[in-house]
Amino acid sequence: MSGINWFRFSSPQSFYPLAAKMIPWFSALAVVFGVIGLYISFFVAPTDAQQGEAYRIIFVHVPASWMSMFLYLVMAFWAAVGMAMNTRLAGMMASAIAPTGAMFAFLSLWTGSLWGKPMWGTWWVWDARLTSELILFFLYLGFIALQSAIDDPRRADRAGALLAIVGVINIPIIYFSVQWWNTLHQGASVSLTRAPSMAKTMLLGMLLMALAFWMYSIAVSLSRARAIILERERHTVWVEELSELNQ
Amino acid sequence: MSEASLWNGFSAAVRRDLLLAMRRKSDVLTTLFFFVIVTSLFPLGIGPETDMLRRIAPGVLWVSALLATMLSLNRLFAADYVDGTLEQMALSAVPLGVLVAGKVAAHWLLAGLPLTLLAPVLGLQFDMAPRSLAVMVASLAIGTPVLSLIGAIGAALTLGVRGGGVLVSLLVLPLYVPALIFGAGAVEADVSGLGSGAHLSLLAAMLAVAGFFAPWATTAALRIALE
Amino acid sequence: MLEADNLECVRGDRSLFRDLSFRVDGGQCLLVSGLNGSGKTSLLRILCGLLAPMHGTVRWRGQPIRALGDAYRSELSYLGHLSAVKEELSAAENVEVASALAGRSVPAQAARSALAEAGLRRREDLPVRVLSQGQKRRVALARLLLGGSTLWLLDEPVTALDADAVKWLAGEIDRHVARGGVAVLTSHQDLPLATAPLQTLRLRA
Repeated sequence: MSGINWFRFSSPQSFYPLAAKMIPWFSALAVVFGVIGLYISFFVAPTDAQQGEAYRIIFVHVPASWMSMFLYLVMAFWAAVGMAMNTRLAGMMASAIAPTGAMFAFLSLWTGSLWGKPMWGTWWVWDARLTSELILFFLYLGFIALQSAIDDPRRADRAGALLAIVGVINIPIIYFSVQWWNTLHQGASVSLTRAPSMAKTMLLGMLLMALAFWMYSIAVSLSRARAIILERERHTVWVEELSELNQ
Repeated sequence: MSEASLWNGFSAAVRRDLLLAMRRKSDVLTTLFFFVIVTSLFPLGIGPETDMLRRIAPGVLWVSALLATMLSLNRLFAADYVDGTLEQMALSAVPLGVLVAGKVAAHWLLAGLPLTLLAPVLGLQFDMAPRSLAVMVASLAIGTPVLSLIGAIGAALTLGVRGGGVLVSLLVLPLYVPALIFGAGAVEADVSGLGSGAHLSLLAAMLAVAGFFAPWATTAALRIALE
Repeated sequence: MLEADNLECVRGDRSLFRDLSFRVDGGQCLLVSGLNGSGKTSLLRILCGLLAPMHGTVRWRGQPIRALGDAYRSELSYLGHLSAVKEELSAAENVEVASALAGRSVPAQAARSALAEAGLRRREDLPVRVLSQGQKRRVALARLLLGGSTLWLLDEPVTALDADAVKWLAGEIDRHVARGGVAVLTSHQDLPLATAPLQTLRLRA
């Protein structure tokens, strides 16, 4: 079982070409899952008796919410690894993931609001899930703003990592408190995710869309990580010798 | 390091910040004045109906206290960072976490405590009932230390960073949400007859978690800033 | 006592120095020289533990300083470019407060006599705001003398000092080293150190 030395890939130099090989695969998978998922969500899944066709937006909304939360965890994981093991690549991964996470949080808010207009008759309702998602979006923005305000990449990585870890400890507390606040103030009675009698095809569509988002996130984060590596290591010998830059 | 010398380091940090604040009273008074002005603006913006004011009072007072605390975060570490005192603290024989805890305690004494004491007076502007005022004071007394503790992390992370003052609000305000919900919620729960016990206990639990975790995170952030 | 082992320091994209090793024993003084930007300040900050080196370790009495932590810091006094004096406080208050924060509380009388030795007699109770740059530096040096620590790390200690003060400081460093202490300093000016066995480390940019 000693075929591959995984630690070898923790150096930017060996990660860079590896990521280049992986990106096309993940992109292709994202397209395949996305096409099948969208087909099922638009043409196969039955029309909802109560909500009509408008409910179909959950095929984007729910996976986007899942991804936005999950990506924050992944980001905090890389941040913690970077702090504990002092590896440069982990910090780069954390900053590569943040914009994608923020994008999914925004997508989730946007689709939630689009769904809210026909269902609740208003663009925004202070529903517990939407509110938590909004705060998560703010946390992403804080992370990105902090990192871009610090010039020294090493300090930016470490400060961002600390913020991500503080955030990840706070997320359950925030989620719980918003839930509590919502029940006290009698929130919306229809919930987006409690679509009545979730049919098997609906679940399948959602899972496929989630997979597509997954693959997309990996592909985009990897290519963003490659860009960060090039930027930070531009003065090293191996970057100067890269064939793709010397054409 | 013995317990006594840890305690000495803690109290030295508290006393030093109080002494400095005494020499520069305007900083402390500005925060309080801000609190008073912001709360007084709400009736002007919303209208003088007593019923409405009574309903929004806890939220208004809490949000204003939160903003006032945040404004005062800048002076927590910035001056010490610029003149080199922070370096010396990081090289002290007393663990930096203890000194940080002392500074946060001093920050609360200079910001959170006066806000808490001032809140009932401002509550009268909103025609709050005496009972609500008491719950309000209790929730601020437990909640404002949480604000100081969490705020210290943000203040440490943004030390010497471009646009640190605005950035700190972006980092800290989302983390203040739970304290705001339970703090303002305590008063509303009491008014609606549910009792404020659960809210205040949860607030106290947050204080315990923040008291344990925040000085550690602040210390780590300060060491990053000093590199 | 103080050992540097294969230190490498990177600031931004540039490697300031690499494979830097040396050893300073009790009763010795190390003078770090070099041009601006050659990494003198970074080296001192690595030695006191404020800055983590990219590679290598610093050892004190044979132990890595990361492992020693507060025990190392209790034996160390550092004077950086920033004097760490508070403008709002008087000179005496500055020394007392700083000593308390460093975990080495001193009686008020000791603080006053240290200030007097540093040439600030009868200025102890003036707010530091009204003192000159050189006098502020003397307040910081008075704090250093009171620390009673074994290791002195002084970054450009003579900046803003007049000729008398430089002579006084050199005498204090001599005495510290004669007592068996260790001193590491950077300086552009020549310090008239008399007795101290002097090693010189030249950093090239």
